[in-house]
Amino acid sequence: MQYETVIGLEVHVQLHTRSKMFCGCPADYQAAEPNTRTCPVCLGLPGALPVINRRAVEYTVLTGLALNCRIPEFTKFDRKNYPYPDLMKGYQISQYDLPLALDGFLEIDGDTQLGLGRRRIGVERVHLEEDVGSYDDRGEGYSLVDVNRSGVPLMEVVSKPDMRSAEEARQYLTLLHSIVQYLGVSTGNMQDGNFRCDANVSIRPVGSQILGTRTEVKNMNSFRAVYQALEYEVVRQREVIEDGGAVVQETRGWIEEREVTVSQRSKEYAHDYRYFPEPDLPPLRIGPERVAELAAELPEFAPQRSARFQADLALSGYDADLLAGSRSMANYFETTLTAIAANPKAVADYISGKDTAARFLMGQVMRLTKGQAQPELALRLVQEGLELQKTRGSLEP
Amino acid sequence: MAPGAWTVTGIRAAVAGGDLSAREVCAHYLDRIAATDGRLHAFTTVLREAALARADEVDARPLLGVPIAVKDVICTRGVPTTAGSRILAGYRPPYDATVVSRLLDAGAVIVGKTNCDEFAMGSSTEHSAYGPTRNPWALDRIPGGSSGGAAAAVAAGQAPASIGTDTGGSIRQPAALCGVVGLKPTYGRVSRYGLLAFASSLDQIGPLTWTVADAAAVLQVLAGPDPRDATASTEPPPDLSRLFPGNVRGTRIGVPRVALADGVDPEVLDAFGAALAMLSDRGAEVCDVDLPHMQYAVPVYYLVAPAEASSNLARYDGVRYGHRAKLDGAAAGVSEMYARTRSEGFGAEVKRRIMLGTYALSAGYYDAYYVHAQRVRSLIRNDFDRAFAAVDAVAMPTTPTPAFRIGERIDDPLAMYLGDVFTVSANLTGLPAISLPAGLTQARLPIGFQLVGRPFDEATLLRIGDALERDAPWSDERPPAFA
Repeated sequence: MQYETVIGLEVHVQLHTRSKMFCGCPADYQAAEPNTRTCPVCLGLPGALPVINRRAVEYTVLTGLALNCRIPEFTKFDRKNYPYPDLMKGYQISQYDLPLALDGFLEIDGDTQLGLGRRRIGVERVHLEEDVGSYDDRGEGYSLVDVNRSGVPLMEVVSKPDMRSAEEARQYLTLLHSIVQYLGVSTGNMQDGNFRCDANVSIRPVGSQILGTRTEVKNMNSFRAVYQALEYEVVRQREVIEDGGAVVQETRGWIEEREVTVSQRSKEYAHDYRYFPEPDLPPLRIGPERVAELAAELPEFAPQRSARFQADLALSGYDADLLAGSRSMANYFETTLTAIAANPKAVADYISGKDTAARFLMGQVMRLTKGQAQPELALRLVQEGLELQKTRGSLEP
Repeated sequence: MAPGAWTVTGIRAAVAGGDLSAREVCAHYLDRIAATDGRLHAFTTVLREAALARADEVDARPLLGVPIAVKDVICTRGVPTTAGSRILAGYRPPYDATVVSRLLDAGAVIVGKTNCDEFAMGSSTEHSAYGPTRNPWALDRIPGGSSGGAAAAVAAGQAPASIGTDTGGSIRQPAALCGVVGLKPTYGRVSRYGLLAFASSLDQIGPLTWTVADAAAVLQVLAGPDPRDATASTEPPPDLSRLFPGNVRGTRIGVPRVALADGVDPEVLDAFGAALAMLSDRGAEVCDVDLPHMQYAVPVYYLVAPAEASSNLARYDGVRYGHRAKLDGAAAGVSEMYARTRSEGFGAEVKRRIMLGTYALSAGYYDAYYVHAQRVRSLIRNDFDRAFAAVDAVAMPTTPTPAFRIGERIDDPLAMYLGDVFTVSANLTGLPAISLPAGLTQARLPIGFQLVGRPFDEATLLRIGDALERDAPWSDERPPAFA
């Protein structure tokens, strides 16, 4: 029996805003001492009220636009009610039925090993919510709560269950990561907890239109972990079925050290979150004019930039992807090309063997990037650019 | 006194007495410096703008020296704020509510926190975990609720004004039962930051005072935009000082006669009619209005308010503040801590409403109860909007009966809830409403006359209220035991 894998991903992206989602506390909590980034609002003190962080809303709309989503005119926040020590108010302010962005997609190359080519992976929705604090159960009759992370803006990107293998999940994740990083809305660091991925996985006989029972896989803390966990889970589900059993709908955690997923059935009693519209926040209207203004702010993303480097400069796909890999790298590279094009004498010196030319151009790059670029990187980019100039004879397309 | 003869003690008396403003004094001296320092060179720096700004600050303290009592659901920094509940026994907030900061900036003196039904849930102050407050007009009777302490304090002369909160009538009803003025502003007129939330879409803070002019003076200080409250209006409040004396010539007042047909005490109806007649004598035009959906206001309220409360009270879990149950043995975990803390900390009425509210929001019932109630809520608002095309205010009694005896309705929650029939509509619609003293019953118990106005039109209510108050035969009545 041939089985087809069905994967959907839910990615939580911490937004790189100066303040938290609903209060003025600084959002940079990673290096802070516990419980030092707090105020009555994010502590959930009696009487405190939330106020919307405008930038977080804009970042989410930008991300939605980058994912080819529709931005509805009306959106609102809702309360998701459940009790837990890391949830200060006993409810999380999130979005339920009127999220900021809907019905988008990302194009991946596809898993060629499965004979799948370039195609769209659907994005169901992008919504905005607040992060929770951290809860550390120490056993021995006590646990610790750190409120620093409570209230940090969190953007959730929910895909449609369109991925067909761990490889496709990896491609989707990599692309999504690149987009949020290019937009500057997040540093996207999985290890720091800025970029978290949960997966919904099921299998079904090839050709079937009915979805199999799915499990939710959590606790994957790197791209590699996502890949391995999904590969493992698909095999596990197939073995369950082939042994005559049925896949249980449950949450499973990835255990890195043992390279297995383990049932977390203790978390499993299905929560009724009793969603209702957040009465402390008015609904938002984002008009088409504002959406157009934000759309105009979208940069050229990595795939487009890489394609341009390949077309204009005849760089290999590998080299172009590397140079386009991050927005800052791509910007520095283009600055380097500008510096080179503006200094034909330095180029000529380089070609005739004078070493100082490279250092001179590096200085130009540092000046053009207002000292932002790292000198070693700038020098390397200059040398690459100069080699390119030498072999092609020109940097013009 | 000639300016040249001004002394420190003379200026202090003149400014405090209102004969001179701090700005006038400051400007006089700044002008003198300007006129003389060319010859003298006594100053190296003159702080003209800063000094005038500071003088203006001193002048802008309209409640200077006025003692105010604050209902115990409003945060006062470093001072116990219990919400009338055991679950917050001894809790001292680390911050002041916005209304408290404004009162302090206006020079007011907070004399204390007043007793209330637990978490503002109740109409009699019998649900306070700290014992009931008594009505100054008859100590065996309720003062009303949930702002019973706030109303009783003003009625008994313990403070010239108090601030309470009103979610379903909790300022107006105790004001009526205690014979004082109680104003619930338009939703969004006054910031809720620092108010322990009961029902977020209904709660409002407002003044309880002896006179309408006092209510206007306090409201003026409380009202205004607050960046910490996303539901507060960003429009600055109007100047309420120029409304008095109130003139009602040509003011149209509507009465929903159908709503008054059943269950209203005859003495309350008589007083209501008498008040309308007085206003009519002063030139107001009284007519009937139809509010067909008002009959659903109480059931809608008792679905929406508990639903929001069930969520707002989730934070009282013993983790960060307030009461935390002592657990026996290491086996007990967080869930047990939650359950015991809340069982021990909350009273019966609060538990009742949390359960009702949780049920109304739960899967399978949300649409039938919460959503449905919210839809009917907009129908009630549409009724009022239509009425306001023809009238400037809607008049009703504040309560169907005067104050009942302590203990009389405590075992019958529904009977208690039905007493809110005339007050909840203003909360559901967000409209401003005021309760005005309208005389006493034969048994010398106060009766309240209520007006509901257009959004953000507290001015009309205050104007009509002042007209009623002037020359009203009952305006000098005081509770005999506390006169």
